[in-house]
Amino acid sequence: MNISKDLGALINPLSKDNPVIVQVLGICSALAVTAKLEPALVMTISVTAVLAFSNVIISLLRNTIPTSIRIIVQLVVVAALVVIVDQVLKAWNYEVSKALSVFIGLIITNCIIMGRLEAFAMTNRPWPSFLDGIGNGLGYGIILVIVAFFRELLGSGTLFGMQVIPQWWYDHGYQNNGMMILPPMALITVACIIWVHRSKNKDLQE
Amino acid sequence: MKPQFEKGGRLSKLHSVFDGFYTFLFTPNETSKSGVHIHDSNDSKRTMITVVLALLPCCLFGMWNIGYQHALATGTADHNLFSLFFFGFWAVLPQILTAYIVGLGIEFVVAQLRGHEIQEGFLVSGILIPMICPVDTPCWMLAVAVAFSVIFAKEVFGGTGYNFLNVALVTRAFLFFAYPAQMSGDKVFVNLGDTAAVDGYSGATPLGQLASSQSGLVDLTGVNGDILSNADLFFGLYPGSWGETSTFCILIGLCVLLISGMASWRIITSGVVGAFLMSVLAHNFATDLYPVTYLMPLQQLCLGGFAFAIVFMATDPVTACRTNTGKYIYGFLIGALAILIRCYNTGYPEGAMLAVLLMNCFAPLIDYCVVNANINRRLRRATVNNQ
Repeated sequence: MNISKDLGALINPLSKDNPVIVQVLGICSALAVTAKLEPALVMTISVTAVLAFSNVIISLLRNTIPTSIRIIVQLVVVAALVVIVDQVLKAWNYEVSKALSVFIGLIITNCIIMGRLEAFAMTNRPWPSFLDGIGNGLGYGIILVIVAFFRELLGSGTLFGMQVIPQWWYDHGYQNNGMMILPPMALITVACIIWVHRSKNKDLQE
Repeated sequence: MKPQFEKGGRLSKLHSVFDGFYTFLFTPNETSKSGVHIHDSNDSKRTMITVVLALLPCCLFGMWNIGYQHALATGTADHNLFSLFFFGFWAVLPQILTAYIVGLGIEFVVAQLRGHEIQEGFLVSGILIPMICPVDTPCWMLAVAVAFSVIFAKEVFGGTGYNFLNVALVTRAFLFFAYPAQMSGDKVFVNLGDTAAVDGYSGATPLGQLASSQSGLVDLTGVNGDILSNADLFFGLYPGSWGETSTFCILIGLCVLLISGMASWRIITSGVVGAFLMSVLAHNFATDLYPVTYLMPLQQLCLGGFAFAIVFMATDPVTACRTNTGKYIYGFLIGALAILIRCYNTGYPEGAMLAVLLMNCFAPLIDYCVVNANINRRLRRATVNNQ
């Protein structure tokens, strides 16, 4: 029983309870960092790390935090973790850190994180909270990577910076779709994912 | 043949396709069985055909103009009316076919899937789309853009009559943002074919010339370097998206639309007033920084896609305001915004497309405010009378 519940915390956010396409959280960063696959992947890892560890820390502290100031405590924890992630990125992958610019810092304001802390970590033990954090981070990341895949493929003709659209297509008049680089197409791509997802999961349809 | 498509027949799945062609080719002879009904013969098919008729002068002139611009640009001496017309006709025929096949194809498939009747909305969009694009737009780009706009601007909202954005303009906007190199600049508006251009050739549209001008007002030139007169601008003898250059032909189309009652004169009048006032304002504060502001107000009305957009796009009954007061506001803002974008945003040489799309988004809000204002006014009157 306990194991299946833990497993549920890990697996549900991947599809049935996905933070982006079902709860519609974290859309802002999904639009901003998905023009290329690499930043999307780094963003996924960063958010997952912050989410998992902040869930664990808040879950450990949950009985000692006074209810009236819990948001402030949560913010301090998240902010500290985000600063750590930011510094690690700057040290190890400066190029991507430049590409992501403010969006790493803005992980603090990502609704998914506050949402999971409030909804899950405040009432659950550390281990399920950790799994919940990983699950939600990956659920967020799956969408980011799918969106980034299509945007990079159609917008730049590349994947992870490598040319995949062959040169003879360009020679025969093919052109990259400049609109895929712009944020509106990320929104439309997310909408398409929701469309497919809802038609597969009829119980989610309103 | 018909029974096979009725319910239970062998081909009943294709019922809506059959129905679409049947009512397109013949007048249906079914009559209402119960109660009193008043049928106007003016169904949406006839509406669409009238609009296509109104577009015909622009369309034919545009085809001829493609040939004419080609002849000017390549220095061909042959100015025979028919050879010029057929040059343009063959140049745009693939685009028109692409737009119709892709757009109608998607409409047919969706109608089948949903079991709806096939609607006629695409009859107009299909001819509008090539007309508002440069003549050199590749067919595959057109196909992608048409598919995008028919699916995302129309079918996801429920099909013909439920779209809140003008489908033809969404197609153009998609092309404009997705493939900017193919949609603006001086390479795409004149079809050169395989022939080399004459000396002094420039394929830039008049608005494009102004927007990229460094020295304030320049003389507007045609493709072979000759200066364009105001009459040339009015009759449309300059390069541009091929359907929308001739204000004269647009006026003929406007007459057809107004006489048949298809277009709202309120939108058109207030749109022209809005554009005129904005042009006067811009002209009074003309600066070298924004060279387009040097244009005279009447030139502003004749140039680019404004006239075409206000007559054929802004009056689209599905996406425009419904209330009469709303129509005045809607039209006025389209006119003013089109000139505003054209003058002060050098990134977009023509603002009519963006102005109409923006106001399409606001049309329901305008209607809502107008209706609520009316309700409040009447409520106030009612309460005063009660006391």
